[in-house]
Amino acid sequence: MAFAGGGPPPDDIVVEALRAGDEAMFASLLDAWSPGMLRLARAYVSTDDSAQEVVQDAWLAVVEGIDGFEGRSSVKTWVHRILVNTAKKRGARERRAIPWSSAFRPPVGPAADSARSPDGDGLPPGPWKDFSVLWPTPEDEALAAEVRGQIAAALAGLPARQRTVITLRDVEGCTSAEVCEILDISAANQRVLLHRARAWVRGRIEDYFETVGRPA
Amino acid sequence: MKRFRCADVAELVTAYLDDALDAPVRRRMDEHLTCCAGCGRRLDQFRAVIGVLGTPPAEDLRGDVRDRLMSAFRDRRRG
Repeated sequence: MAFAGGGPPPDDIVVEALRAGDEAMFASLLDAWSPGMLRLARAYVSTDDSAQEVVQDAWLAVVEGIDGFEGRSSVKTWVHRILVNTAKKRGARERRAIPWSSAFRPPVGPAADSARSPDGDGLPPGPWKDFSVLWPTPEDEALAAEVRGQIAAALAGLPARQRTVITLRDVEGCTSAEVCEILDISAANQRVLLHRARAWVRGRIEDYFETVGRPA
Repeated sequence: MKRFRCADVAELVTAYLDDALDAPVRRRMDEHLTCCAGCGRRLDQFRAVIGVLGTPPAEDLRGDVRDRLMSAFRDRRRG
């Protein structure tokens, strides 16, 4: 079930319908927002089951809280704030429960390379290589799938805050104002986090193209 | 006014794409972009990253989770 003509109706209609127990409205919101909420949850938790549970718990909190919703933010922002807070708590609990064996394993992957960690700007010192022409077009499904895999791996290497911002902005298409409100951060901070995350992902894709030796 | 360097472009790409630069800075960046092929590609690469990010693989709430949520919604109205 999806909303006709794209997005949900205006907030006052959505809130009134939910309070009145309109199941079709609730189902439409579930179907419209849950995919993005699952992607966001992954910034904080490690497994698909955990992400599903985080989204479930967030929606349960929405069901509980809708009568008290005061409209100080949009419904979408409110729901996503609940999601991020739920995911943060769950992520913190998971990290406390991390087994000894993995806690003492040396860091691997991108985080091990501090020179190009996502906390830096992720930009290589030399001139940028031209790989943009090789980027997937709709006709090149095999390459598109490869690049998608690389991007998923790059996102997984980001600190949670950067991953949350790039997911909200570039994957879910939120505005910068929405992201600031969902995460309670300033516009400048939002932009720094987004920039580092994009630079990191771009850098990982570049490394990938260098490794596979595609002609530049 | 200081000349725009490639490092400045690298730093300001995201603000540029968000249209968040002051007009004079944006103008100088545009000028730099028209004559620096490397930075033009850099911008294209950022746009390409954003483009691929914007078409993510499908993701769905598991059926049992969705059912549980629908019945929680129903029960709340009865309760």
